[in-house]
Amino acid sequence: MTRELQRAPEGRRTPGRVAYVNARLLDPASALDAKGGLITDGEAIADFGAHIGQGTIPEGATIVDCRGQCLAPGLVDMRVQVREPGEEHKETIGTASRSAAAGGVTAMVCLPNTNPVIDDVAVVEFIARRAREVKLVKIFAYGSVTKGLKGDDLTEMGLLGAAGAVGFTDGVKAVANARVMRRALTYSRAFGSLIIQHPEEPRLAEGGAMNEGELAMRLGLSGIPAIAEAMMIERDLRLVEVTGGRYHAAHVSTALALEQIRRAKDAGLPVTCDTAPPYFALDETAVGDYRTFAKLSPPLRADSDRRAVVAALKDGTIDAIASDHAPHDQDSKRLPFTQAEFGIVGLETLLPLSLKLHHDGHLPLLSVLGALTCKPADLLGLPLGRLVSGAPADFVIFDLDRPWRVEVERFKSKSKNSPFDLHPVQGRAMRTVVDGRTVFWLDGG
Amino acid sequence: MSTPPPQNTGFPHRHLLGIEGLSSTEITLLLDLSDAYVEINRSADKKRNHLSGRTLINLFFETSTRTRTSFELAAKRLGADVINISVSDSAIKKGETLLDTAMTLNAMHADVLVVRHPFSGGVTLLSQKVNCAVINAGDGSHEHPTQALLDAVTIRRRKGRLEGLRVAICGDVAHSRVARSNIHLLNTMGASVRVVGPPTLVPGQIGRLGVEVFHDMRKGIKDCDIVMMLRLQSERMHGAFVPSIREYFHFWGLDYAKLAEAKPDALIMHPGPMNRGVEIDSEVADDMGRSLIREQVEMGVAVRMACLEILTRIRTNGAPVPGPVT
Repeated sequence: MTRELQRAPEGRRTPGRVAYVNARLLDPASALDAKGGLITDGEAIADFGAHIGQGTIPEGATIVDCRGQCLAPGLVDMRVQVREPGEEHKETIGTASRSAAAGGVTAMVCLPNTNPVIDDVAVVEFIARRAREVKLVKIFAYGSVTKGLKGDDLTEMGLLGAAGAVGFTDGVKAVANARVMRRALTYSRAFGSLIIQHPEEPRLAEGGAMNEGELAMRLGLSGIPAIAEAMMIERDLRLVEVTGGRYHAAHVSTALALEQIRRAKDAGLPVTCDTAPPYFALDETAVGDYRTFAKLSPPLRADSDRRAVVAALKDGTIDAIASDHAPHDQDSKRLPFTQAEFGIVGLETLLPLSLKLHHDGHLPLLSVLGALTCKPADLLGLPLGRLVSGAPADFVIFDLDRPWRVEVERFKSKSKNSPFDLHPVQGRAMRTVVDGRTVFWLDGG
Repeated sequence: MSTPPPQNTGFPHRHLLGIEGLSSTEITLLLDLSDAYVEINRSADKKRNHLSGRTLINLFFETSTRTRTSFELAAKRLGADVINISVSDSAIKKGETLLDTAMTLNAMHADVLVVRHPFSGGVTLLSQKVNCAVINAGDGSHEHPTQALLDAVTIRRRKGRLEGLRVAICGDVAHSRVARSNIHLLNTMGASVRVVGPPTLVPGQIGRLGVEVFHDMRKGIKDCDIVMMLRLQSERMHGAFVPSIREYFHFWGLDYAKLAEAKPDALIMHPGPMNRGVEIDSEVADDMGRSLIREQVEMGVAVRMACLEILTRIRTNGAPVPGPVT
């Protein structure tokens, strides 16, 4: 009979040959959806497909019975704040890695809004070293567009890129100065780098705490208007037009902005975008009675915007789904709404909230997975997010239909700031494998 | 942490955090009780003992003279022990103070906490963390329920009713908690409410609260029974919403010329403190025949006595305390 792989949720040793059998293989890049198995040899995928089953398993291999569960490329999360270096009381590379592994994420990219800022080769190398020490999931970093995130002078994009930065962004701040953005989009062409914008006109958003609208007016909170997002994207699209730089709008939340991006894509501009689960799973009413866990940047929008995000995922206007993981300690959130920090943790809810798009009949399963795996990997030029023989064995085994409740207290993340506490969801990562090592294994799964 | 709200008092709420959500019956109950207290306050013996043995803490994170004094007087006339705590602005910017303060006050076994906070929702947050009844004495730009109640008592005593009256709320609506509470109350009680002010100070969605919006002051107060002026709250503004005080007064300040558009017997109100010459002409403000501003202050004490009584009618064992004052 089959033997289970040693229960080592955070195994650091690489096993020899392992055969994952009786799985539903899902590979969005090659549109594969078939029953079969996958064999790893050390760190790499040796073989996979419908032919892998009893009789084709190499001698001596450990066998893992997937019991019909889904096996897909590990999630590639292109927007994560790990808070290390600088705010280790909120999250560290270690806790973020465990959180990612528990969510089926095998690779993540950190935003540069750390302290010190990732605007120097030394900081990129620091992240890489810490990732090697923790050795759970793969960790990449963005460099900042401007030195110190100050919005004025460009960073050494070439050197940062050579050191491993996979793209450039000023994180949770917009590159507000049009001249600086134009230079960034122009200069980055030398290296083919992606420029990622937090699309928000800062002067319009200043002082705002939630979406501008009736609810904000009732609650007496200053609003952040939807046009703050649309205006910044509109400006940037003009700059993309004249520069030809590769531009990516992060966490797009409004119908207005999505319509602009749709038109720009139709016109053939090198433009892409992502969104995060709260923008298709929730709307501004989640703020309710001043719930600071529903305070996000950009803010949760109107229901019509939420529906536009779903439609844009459906028609491919939105390329990728990222967690937009933003851990905050309790002291940063248990405050009057205006004073509380923006953002929520998302690594452990990324998969189930995204799968809801499939369960609700909005998107085919492979499209949902594509937006979480090969598409973000391709945007960043990373050879990840697909099942390929000979490639690193990074994948997730998940139970597509398993109903469960999110419980923030069980999060591996150091921070528990999520509006999804006790939300019923469907679909759960059961095992996460990185470079052939099982880095997460759901107890009782 | 939460004890069940008082039952059988006609007021099934543990706290008074806002007017939004109160029914007309509940509002009427508070107004009627306030009326009774007005008579007591005008008599020689103003002292009652409904709150005897109880402790009220005035917790003000924002400076205030009239509201704090009014609550203090109301509580003392009902026999309560009163403590005033002012928390400076610099202290709240450190952040933790609000909930730390809540923990501290819990340990002191206060019965009623009257809280003013500079941020919308600040009082709601605190109410979730303490064991006693909480009265919102103003939170940011959100609500100031006792102000709306005292305005309603004042109007009702002069006009005999609220229903069917035409009320214009004028000025800095965007930043005003008084405006929001008054809109909720007057709408619930069947008055017809207009808001008047420069477009930068009237939120675009305010119509959703069931009010008519005017940017022309003369048109806005035409044929109104009540003209309620708001204070220009420069302290809550990010940048300038109007180009100058001179221009603001010219178009939206209440003077006799504009007041002539209202009904001949129209009455003038202001929650105070007034910016004379900014939103209201001094002469108009001091017009004994038209201005209710002093009366509003008098009603304030009675309304707060009524609110305190209602919220403390329940004993710790759950049994209602007998009878109001009448």
